[in-house]
Amino acid sequence: MAAKKAAATPEKDAPRVRVSDARPGLDPISAPDRYEASREELTEFYRQMLTIRRFEEKAGQMYGMGLIGGFCHLYIGQEAVVVGLQAAAKEQDSVITGYRDHGHMLACGIPPKVVMAELTGRAAGISKGKGGSMHMFSVEHGFYGGHGIVAAQVPLGTGLGFAHKYKEDNGVCVTFFGDGAANQGQVYESFNMAELWKLPVLYVIENNQYAMGTSVNRASAENELFRRGESFRIEGMQVNGMDVLDVRGAGDAAFEWVRSGKGPLLIEMMTYRYRGHSMSDPAKYRSRDEVTDVRTKRDPIEAAKQLLLEMGENEDGLKEIEKGIRAEINEAADFAEQTPEPELKELYTDVLVGTYGS
Amino acid sequence: MPIEIKLPAMSPTMEEGTVAKWLVEEGDQVEPGALLAEIETDKATMELEADEGGTVAKILVEAGTEDVKVGTLIAIIAREDEDADAVEAPSGTSDDASPEEDNEASDEETSAATADAETVKAKDEEPASLAVDPEVPEGTEMKRQSVREALRDAMAEEMRADDTVFVMGEEVAEYQGAYKVTQGLLEEFGGKRVIDTPITEYGFAGVGTGAAMGGLKPIVEFMTFNFAMQAIDHIINSAAKTNYMSGGQMRCPIVFRGPNGAASRVGAQHSQNYAAWYASVPGLVVICPYDAADAKGLLRAAIQSPDPVVFLENELLYGQSFDVPAVDDWVLPIGKARVMREGSDVSLVSYSIGVGVALDAAAKLADEGIEAEVIDLRTLRPLDRKAVLKSLKKTNRMVVVEEGWPTCSISAEIQALCMEEGFDDLDAPVLRVTNEDVPLPYAENLEKAALVKVADVVKAAKRVCYKD
Ligand SMILES: Cc1ncc(C[n+]2csc(CCOP(=O)(O)OP(=O)(O)O)c2C)c(N)n1
Ligand SMILES: [Mg+2]
Repeated sequence: MAAKKAAATPEKDAPRVRVSDARPGLDPISAPDRYEASREELTEFYRQMLTIRRFEEKAGQMYGMGLIGGFCHLYIGQEAVVVGLQAAAKEQDSVITGYRDHGHMLACGIPPKVVMAELTGRAAGISKGKGGSMHMFSVEHGFYGGHGIVAAQVPLGTGLGFAHKYKEDNGVCVTFFGDGAANQGQVYESFNMAELWKLPVLYVIENNQYAMGTSVNRASAENELFRRGESFRIEGMQVNGMDVLDVRGAGDAAFEWVRSGKGPLLIEMMTYRYRGHSMSDPAKYRSRDEVTDVRTKRDPIEAAKQLLLEMGENEDGLKEIEKGIRAEINEAADFAEQTPEPELKELYTDVLVGTYGS
Repeated sequence: MPIEIKLPAMSPTMEEGTVAKWLVEEGDQVEPGALLAEIETDKATMELEADEGGTVAKILVEAGTEDVKVGTLIAIIAREDEDADAVEAPSGTSDDASPEEDNEASDEETSAATADAETVKAKDEEPASLAVDPEVPEGTEMKRQSVREALRDAMAEEMRADDTVFVMGEEVAEYQGAYKVTQGLLEEFGGKRVIDTPITEYGFAGVGTGAAMGGLKPIVEFMTFNFAMQAIDHIINSAAKTNYMSGGQMRCPIVFRGPNGAASRVGAQHSQNYAAWYASVPGLVVICPYDAADAKGLLRAAIQSPDPVVFLENELLYGQSFDVPAVDDWVLPIGKARVMREGSDVSLVSYSIGVGVALDAAAKLADEGIEAEVIDLRTLRPLDRKAVLKSLKKTNRMVVVEEGWPTCSISAEIQALCMEEGFDDLDAPVLRVTNEDVPLPYAENLEKAALVKVADVVKAAKRVCYKD
């Protein structure tokens, strides 16, 4: 029996980025450079990541208070992935993801208020309270959900890419999915069509090491997920998803590749979720030390903060930013708690668009 | 403000828990993410962590305390810049999520709900009849066409009119369609709009649905609806529900079409009628035509609809020919049944290939002096309840004819409708004549025995007329 490759965990000395060579004889994608951000840019990344974290912490608390029900999947730890990538995206691009979607929505510019109000199931929520944590959408912001069935978003994102190409709008669909979702058959059906038809889709596997309680190694024969496109001749890169500048650098290279008509690209973002899979996950499948280790050594927000300080930003400035974020999140939470529930007649609206027959 | 640690709800059902063990003491410094305590919930032992760092100032609930209500203040942490010793436990600590307040709030909600129940009734009011079949004036030229040709023409006409309409599916392009329904479309519209997919139903149903969400109008052909079981998740969870879940933002104007129901001797896995499955799903429109004129007019309406439509055809009908009005704009209203034959003694209600069975039965019944009215439902969701009830009022007797299983079927739905809303018009129980309640067998004799038959319809009709 061949020895399994070592687990791909985001360790301190893990390579910053690796690329596959999925197209023998054809130009491979070259390893992108880490993005060189100005102080203003990095400050903005920091602000966005911290907003997501504070939002998620607040959501966790509100769940604890019984204000949010059902399933609620927090994005804490993974913030650099969506913030770094969205910074590289363009106006016409679209985004789609699974149920762990709050961070993506905030990164798409959707106001925290309407997201939080959806979590509390209120009429002012972005889905009028009818979707909940896992089912939120904003066509206005190019955010196409928010999907509760594992991997369903992969062909849907491919179809959004199909529509971009068909309409010739030069858009790219960024399709996020998990390491667990990467084992669903429809992912590979999508890969095949996307490469066959050269669709503008950027597939992003957020490898947070676990699908619920199952680690990548227990579920995946090929645990280097960035190679999962190789049999479809889709180039892949593995990127340190805990560093917003590595993510942004990779994002620039990836969007350029896809937008130039070369077809889809696969990025495996090595990341980590600090919290349980959802709010009711006791997380017994991993050690406390493992979590603490990533949290203390690899935290993307802490890293951005240190870099900002090195760049000459002062503590007070960062405190101000944090204060502003807290105020915004508290306001969103108060709003979400106080705004009314949907009217009962909403039960019957939005089932169909048209009216038919008698 | 020091940080108040309240007992959190740690599962969707948790109302109280046990503070099993404290993992910190008063005076300890804690980092964000540090473990504070072990909490036993109704399901598991969970670890409570600190969101923020600071000094543990007060522990207010002793380890081992059971039945601590969710929301109870259990500890206080002083922030970095606060003096832990100066932190006071609030008086009357324990229950800050005051239950009285909660009750009041929910009382109000209840009364609001009662008031709204009035409004809710409004949904039962039928919307005013919107449309009727276009008049076909005397002397309109009729074209004799097979159902197959009618369907092809419907797609071609819509594709000419709207360049966001495209067709995808297995063998729809180069091969001209597994049942030749897409014959000639590739030649006229090219490879951008007539697309052969790999054998990947789940994937391409999702791609089609995503493309519809992205603003296109896909026609997704399933080689047969048996294979759409691979894809039913997208038809229902993605296409049908997303408009609702998005509060009306996410449109999905897609048509899923292909042959449905029994063909000829292809065995159980290739012979199922999915009409009742799809017709049970809010958020879908389900159309199931019988003749060529309806196939054409309703497929055009389906493609034009802003909603996801499941369009169930029948392989055995593809080759049958009917008159189709040779008019330019032959588009029929969705949601309207059609009276195929007038009659006053008994109503035979059916759809798809069952309509042919009902018409044959009606002819036989006429020979015996019983005038049957034949209703073709055409659209199964939304169902034309008015048309069914109107015919019942006229004949007072009804038999439903369905090529499919009886249980949880369209027939069952029609029977329920007559019970609930037509009870006073009934002179006999509504009967259903369907396939046998078994997976369709392969053997010729057995298959024949399993499928719905004209003779059984005649028998049932006589029974409800008390003439057997
Ligand atoms: C088709 C399907 N199967 C199972 C589930 C239950 N489920 C929800 S999330 C999940 C794990 C997915 O893990 P991963 O793709 O790694 O994403 P992550 O949760 O780590 O973000 C499972 C099994 C589901 N929602 N849909
Ligand atoms: Mg995962």
